[in-house]
Amino acid sequence: MLQRRYDNITQSLFDRAQTLGIETGLDRLERQEPQCAFGQLGSCCRMCYMGPCRIDPFGNGSQRGVCGATVDTIVCRNLLREEVGGAASHAGHARHVMLTFKKMLEGRAPGYKITDREKLMEVARGLGIETEGRSDEEIALEVADKALEDFTRQDDGILNWMRLRAPEKAIKKWEKLGILVSNAHNEIEEAMHRTSMGNDADPVNLLLGALRIGLVDGYAGLHIATDFQDIMFGTPRVRKIEASPGVLEPNMVNIAMHGHNPLLSEKILERAGRLSDEARAQGAEGINVVGVCCTGNELTMRHNVPMAAHNLQSELLLLTGAVDAMVVDVQCIWPGSQRIAECFHTKVITTEPFVKIPGATHIAFEPEEADQKAELIVKEAIEAFTRRKGRDVFIPEGKTTALVGFSVEAIIDVLKKINPEDPLMPVIDNIKSGNIFGAVGFAGCPSIKLRHTGMTEKMVREMLKNNILVVTTGCTAHICAQAGFMNTDATEKYCGEGLKAVLSALGDAAGLGAPLPPVWHMGSCVDNSRIASLLGALADRLGVDVSDLPVAGSAPELVQEKAISIGTWLLALGLLVHIAPHPRIMGSPVAVKVLTEGLRDLTGGRAYVELDPQKASEGIIEHIRERRKALGI
Amino acid sequence: MKRVFLDLSRCTGCRSCEIACAVQHSKSQNLFEAIFETPPPRKRTYVEAIEGIPYPARCMHCAEAPCVEICPVGAMYREDQFETVRVNKDRCMGCLMCAMVCPNGVIGFDPDRKVAIKCGLCRSRLKEGMVPACVESCPTEALRFGEFEELERQRRLQSARVVIAALRTAEQASLPIYKENTGGE
Repeated sequence: MLQRRYDNITQSLFDRAQTLGIETGLDRLERQEPQCAFGQLGSCCRMCYMGPCRIDPFGNGSQRGVCGATVDTIVCRNLLREEVGGAASHAGHARHVMLTFKKMLEGRAPGYKITDREKLMEVARGLGIETEGRSDEEIALEVADKALEDFTRQDDGILNWMRLRAPEKAIKKWEKLGILVSNAHNEIEEAMHRTSMGNDADPVNLLLGALRIGLVDGYAGLHIATDFQDIMFGTPRVRKIEASPGVLEPNMVNIAMHGHNPLLSEKILERAGRLSDEARAQGAEGINVVGVCCTGNELTMRHNVPMAAHNLQSELLLLTGAVDAMVVDVQCIWPGSQRIAECFHTKVITTEPFVKIPGATHIAFEPEEADQKAELIVKEAIEAFTRRKGRDVFIPEGKTTALVGFSVEAIIDVLKKINPEDPLMPVIDNIKSGNIFGAVGFAGCPSIKLRHTGMTEKMVREMLKNNILVVTTGCTAHICAQAGFMNTDATEKYCGEGLKAVLSALGDAAGLGAPLPPVWHMGSCVDNSRIASLLGALADRLGVDVSDLPVAGSAPELVQEKAISIGTWLLALGLLVHIAPHPRIMGSPVAVKVLTEGLRDLTGGRAYVELDPQKASEGIIEHIRERRKALGI
Repeated sequence: MKRVFLDLSRCTGCRSCEIACAVQHSKSQNLFEAIFETPPPRKRTYVEAIEGIPYPARCMHCAEAPCVEICPVGAMYREDQFETVRVNKDRCMGCLMCAMVCPNGVIGFDPDRKVAIKCGLCRSRLKEGMVPACVESCPTEALRFGEFEELERQRRLQSARVVIAALRTAEQASLPIYKENTGGE
């Protein structure tokens, strides 16, 4: 039997599960292992009913599917379908926010409002919308329609949001490859079509298709979502918060918000604030809303809501017996959570009509009735608390503090204090001098298969030691916050001398009286858009392509298909993208060759698969060194 | 004596045992490295199918093994610790007489080393207290590993359960069933 040990807090919850005889993902993983080799290699095809067909990776058995598809065709088709899963999730998220924004403007979603007018104007001007002499509502409606066009247009024009957010040099690069995209839904349809039985069999053509879906994810998904969320709920600013499951309060009504879309979590937070008297009337000391997964990131960087748990801890959090309601919307919700909830008084409340879990309470959350529905949900949590009152709970001790909310706007604000005319210049100077050797974006998930190795923490420490600035999003941000990488002490503790000096100067400029943290929390997984914006701005300022920058991306513990499509977008932009565990491409020599080598000549990007944290760090540092050399710095 | 037992009703033909076997016989013993090795690692277990029913064929480690009897150079031999049939690759000259007399058809040929290859019951794993790779990889427990006597006893109990359940049903339905003659009539 495998022996996995996790960080103390996570382990304490696994231990509690074992004591109580409650099944967790770890038990299920151990029962699943060893996992199917064909599945891991991507060489099992289930597209038609002549199959399923599997290709023997050692050349002993069958080398083609019934239809004649080679392992390269099979693997690349499967990859493209994974990409669609990811891009559809982000496009769906973005469309949901954008349509609610539109309903708000039409007076049909009264629970929402324009919070960041400045961001609205920035987006409008970028889209070429006339802003002089018009009302905010008129401008906003046109912005919404421009976004809607990216899901509806049938001409060959490119995505409005690609034009708005992608660097000009990158668009030229994609035009040459013939992968510019014009309508997210058409692309998703075409990708499903071309991968069904008897269509595209050319692995290279399929991989170009994968790049297209990466672009859909980046521009029609991530960027649209971030922009509208900022306009509706405010652009994040740097703020101090607490992290770890220890943020649950024994004597308060604990509501854990889990999922992705702030349309729900914002309203729950607002209602919880208004219903605290009701909670007190039931013997609670108030209502404690905590964040799980990406909706947790959304709440923490706009409202200081504590970050309770990353995805791997989402079901473990319920083992505390202290969560009264876990309110979920979309993506990354483990069905197993409900089984754990049933061992306690905890209510799992699903809110999205297409995301239901047997046994859970379902309250459909419609933006038209956001306030009423949010109130109903908070009251459910208070009712659950009355059944918990007086019972023992187990809340792991130990919390970390973290500075979060490093939106591009927040970063630029700090930099402006050093150089108001040319805010990026101080960063560029320090990159040139080597004080900042490079930057790496860590994104993605906590893998139950790798979490016990401390993959993310080890790589982050290695980066910081080598003066590489780390930015992070998604559940990786939760890991970094819990590891203590996001507070000012971490700068002294982990950074090389050059990076330490830069972060100290920035901290002084920001009036913090201490250095900035070495790992910057840039948001949820849709906020990988922010990282791309920052890189785009830096590249533009230097007059180079994004692929020339001394930077890299890493999804050190990927779980979700979304990480695959985001990673592919970054490959299209020209970044080195480190991935672990193995992506399901290893069965195809063509896919491996193109994605880890050939792509370099097309976009500048390169996939890099390495499961050993030390080796992976060295590989990334070597890449940054090469990029610096090519830039002559 | 420990053996791998096969429950044909549970085999789905997924071929996980074949892959696990090949990985076990690779240099790296890691799937993601093994697929890039030259020469490619070779499996010693073979999933065949008759009329859609899968059948994972492997060496049965016969007590009176014809392959051992026939080997002209004494390369095939019985090993005592785990009572398995093994091939000494240094002695084997690749004549494949063993394959010709094997009733199970589970002796392969390694074209690189030019020797016969066959299942060794994962002796290195057994020494570490692990089960053979094929057994570990089987998702439906169609392959099980244990003491021959214990596995046989489980089989008997399984059969007994079926018979006794049938008996109960018959009794409840008051069907005329055979009862031992107690005498006196």
